Amino acid sequence: MRYLPLSDADRSAMLATIGAADIDALFADVPAEAVLDGPIAGLPNHASEMAVERALVKMAGKNLTASTTPFFVGCGAYKHHVPASVDMVIQRGEFLTAYTPYQPEIAQGTLQVLFEFQTQVARLTGMEVANASMYDGSTAMTEAVFMARRITRRPKCIVSAGVHPHYTSVLKTLTRFTGDVVEAGTPSFTRGAPGDDLASLIAQIDAETSCVVVQNPNLFGHIADLTPLADACHKAGALLIVVVTEIVSLGVMKSPGEMGADIVVGEGQSLGAGLLFGGPYLGLFACREKHVRQMPGRLCGETVDASGKRGFVLTLSTREQHIRREKATSNICTNSGLIALAFSAHLSLLGEKGLRHLAALNHARAVQLAERLGRVPGVTLLNGPFFNEFTLDLGREARPVVRKLAEKGVLGGVSLGRLWPGEKALQNGLIVAVTETATDEDFDAFEDALDEVMA
Amino acid sequence: MAMNDVGRPTRLVAGTGAVAETFTGNRALMLEEPLLFERGSLDTSGVDLPPVPPVPDRLGGLARDGVIGLPGFSEPEAVRHYTRLSRQNYAIDLGIFPLGSCTMKHNPRLNEKMARLPGFADIHPLQPQSTVQGALELIDVLADWLMKLTGMPAVAMSPKAGAHGELCGMLAIRAALDARGDERRVVLVPESAHGTNPATAAFCGFTVENIPANARGRVDLDALLARLGPDVAAVMITNPNTCGLFEPDLKTIADAVHAAGGYVYCDGANFNAIVGRVRPGDLGVDAMHINLHKTFSTPHGGGGPGSGPVVLSAALAPFAPIPFVRKTANGLELVEEDTAATHAADSFGRMVAFHGQMGMFVRALAYMMSHGADGLRQVAEDAVLNANYVLASLKDLYTAPFADSGPCMHEALFSDDFLDGTGLTTLDLAKALIDEGFHPMTMYFPLVVHGAMLVEPTETESKANLDQLIGAMRHVATQMLADPDAWRAAPHFAPRRRLDETLAARRPVLGYKDEAA
Repeated sequence: MRYLPLSDADRSAMLATIGAADIDALFADVPAEAVLDGPIAGLPNHASEMAVERALVKMAGKNLTASTTPFFVGCGAYKHHVPASVDMVIQRGEFLTAYTPYQPEIAQGTLQVLFEFQTQVARLTGMEVANASMYDGSTAMTEAVFMARRITRRPKCIVSAGVHPHYTSVLKTLTRFTGDVVEAGTPSFTRGAPGDDLASLIAQIDAETSCVVVQNPNLFGHIADLTPLADACHKAGALLIVVVTEIVSLGVMKSPGEMGADIVVGEGQSLGAGLLFGGPYLGLFACREKHVRQMPGRLCGETVDASGKRGFVLTLSTREQHIRREKATSNICTNSGLIALAFSAHLSLLGEKGLRHLAALNHARAVQLAERLGRVPGVTLLNGPFFNEFTLDLGREARPVVRKLAEKGVLGGVSLGRLWPGEKALQNGLIVAVTETATDEDFDAFEDALDEVMA
Repeated sequence: MAMNDVGRPTRLVAGTGAVAETFTGNRALMLEEPLLFERGSLDTSGVDLPPVPPVPDRLGGLARDGVIGLPGFSEPEAVRHYTRLSRQNYAIDLGIFPLGSCTMKHNPRLNEKMARLPGFADIHPLQPQSTVQGALELIDVLADWLMKLTGMPAVAMSPKAGAHGELCGMLAIRAALDARGDERRVVLVPESAHGTNPATAAFCGFTVENIPANARGRVDLDALLARLGPDVAAVMITNPNTCGLFEPDLKTIADAVHAAGGYVYCDGANFNAIVGRVRPGDLGVDAMHINLHKTFSTPHGGGGPGSGPVVLSAALAPFAPIPFVRKTANGLELVEEDTAATHAADSFGRMVAFHGQMGMFVRALAYMMSHGADGLRQVAEDAVLNANYVLASLKDLYTAPFADSGPCMHEALFSDDFLDGTGLTTLDLAKALIDEGFHPMTMYFPLVVHGAMLVEPTETESKANLDQLIGAMRHVATQMLADPDAWRAAPHFAPRRRLDETLAARRPVLGYKDEAA
């Protein structure tokens, strides 16, 4: 076995030192009826690198990859070009094979990266502080709702119908037994502003409301000025939580902080991570400084060492489960450190100038494609303003259209029917995402294929 | 005057005996690195992009103005920044990382290569299912390995880490109780449990009660049996436990809990000790999470991402979260809805936006296929052998509170009682080990012994590496007992001396502030 360094001679010598007759003696506490005599049946024995690689390459080959086909799928995960040096950085063994930085004197690399990451996330979202990351956007959103309840001591959370339905599902699952009340509506399929309606959200706010959760751009790609909603929340003593699933949008759009958000959560996958069939991704979490002691997750802070040099440590850990046990702010232990590194490295390679350019490019390309697809007979563009994702009304059920497009080799977006199978009013909707990776040839292929399928 | 073996004398600061400060603050290969915000520039970018087509924007008046404050690097600057930072980290790739309860084993590079195959890395979670049959197959095959290795009939794949897996298991238990209209709400947790266990139980609406340990470091069977009753929903047990000991009464406990109408949650953080030799399903477990980033070698990445699939008994399987993969006549299907139409109406719902940690699944499966059933059994045996070798080699010098009660499993537990009277603690010893070139063991956990030191070598360390660690631990302890005052300020040779954690918490500085701001 290539990963096991002990030889039989080592094993015998070590057993002699221990004073054990054989290896079985070390498992003496296991009840006899639970001891297995030999390798578990029904599983193969060890295999060479070559054999494992052959089997997995075969499996991987059955999937249609985003880079080999015209690709327009979004809804919470976006295909962006990740610079080659980002992957090189996260494959440095000193980052890849380190543990959580519990011994800060020999973990300054990870800690400084987290400090830089927190600063980048806070600035991007327009907030004062950010944590060292969470599992993904959906779990970060749920943690934000709990945080709002701790701060306001109120039970009710109002979730906009424009929030990714999987995120809302996660929230509903995790609040089933916590006493939180979640009010979530059904999306509208309205021309001009699909998804949600801020005025009706404002009307729902009452004295029991701890927070309103709104996504911007919303799932349908629609973007809105959240300032009136923030004002209404604050007037009622509630908090505004803003969800951002396409973080590149903040290179060109007003930040949630500028619009009055109290907590911003998001999915950071767009920078650094790649598509990865859904994970591992990166939960972003930022808030106002006055709420930092109610914040979940790991935090990295600046300090000095015994000789006065600047250094970094994990801090405010009295909020966490290993100290607080059943009184902890969250049961979460792990963050998403390596993906935070990828995010931070990608963003530092872009810099302010590159991020603004990337965001402007995404937006302009999406505007171009939206106009082209909106001219396909039978297709209507629903959005007024949007960033890099928009919703089409196909005038017929979209799920089979997506399948037929895939048969023609075009991954043409996500049907609303896949996300809301039960909602009749949404079945004709198709959400299309456009990033810098889509070429003019991809646009042509999509338009031609949609033309044919719709004909 | 200090003299090198060859060459010139080292220059000393007059009168102090200390080596002079350098102009740069660097010391040869030990390189200081400023923050991105001190080095980068708002006008620099390391990414070339095509020009933006000139079209009128559709941002509805929401364009961002003002400076965001995100400095950039050219590619050479970025590569050097992160490479220099990386060198201030300890890592498994550099040496033994004996962090108890964390299973820091070698991370095979084949796994990294496989996870980067475009067929796994470059696919979207919402692509049509017909275009991702290979990805669903990988999840299905990994699930089959996990079920066979644990002897359990079902597995939920989507939890993103160990604590998230615990949450999945406890939500399944809560959903099962609710489904039968049972209002029992007490969860029993041993004193030695990971802090996540009580945190998770409380999150699911349960009341936590502690169960004491006996003198042998195991759950006090009599106390536990006496507490069982119609109000007890579940028992959460770690096996092997956090003292590194096998719980020999687990089957007896499980039978009694089941007879009393409750469920058994097993924290599987320490599965590495028994993989291939013992199946938790044979011990009466109803739910157990498996940290793919421990037992199955997916890299820890400086604090995640993890991955925590949960195996479930037949009693809990119907309550498993969506989504999950199911075999159908037309291939593999990803069930995304918890409705009667999908035969998943009892599911407690969704835990994550998509399908779980695919990148970790690929790595874990590559690891399992590489080892096979025979190799995984050898993994457990060598992990346990290595830990017992450390225990046997140190117990005459270090206090080993449970060594008299027989062998340990995959980790050896010591306390700092042997340092009594020196004024030195576990912390001082750990910091001294840093100077010897090791990552210290887990400190102050579990809470059931004083100044706990939990040493988990894992199976991927050679005897020579263990002998060096043992030698260093003996040397440090012996010197500490002989001359305590010399050992209060380690580490001396790390990139930083001891860091002021009190200052960090009292006046939190959680981000960089520009001088001008």
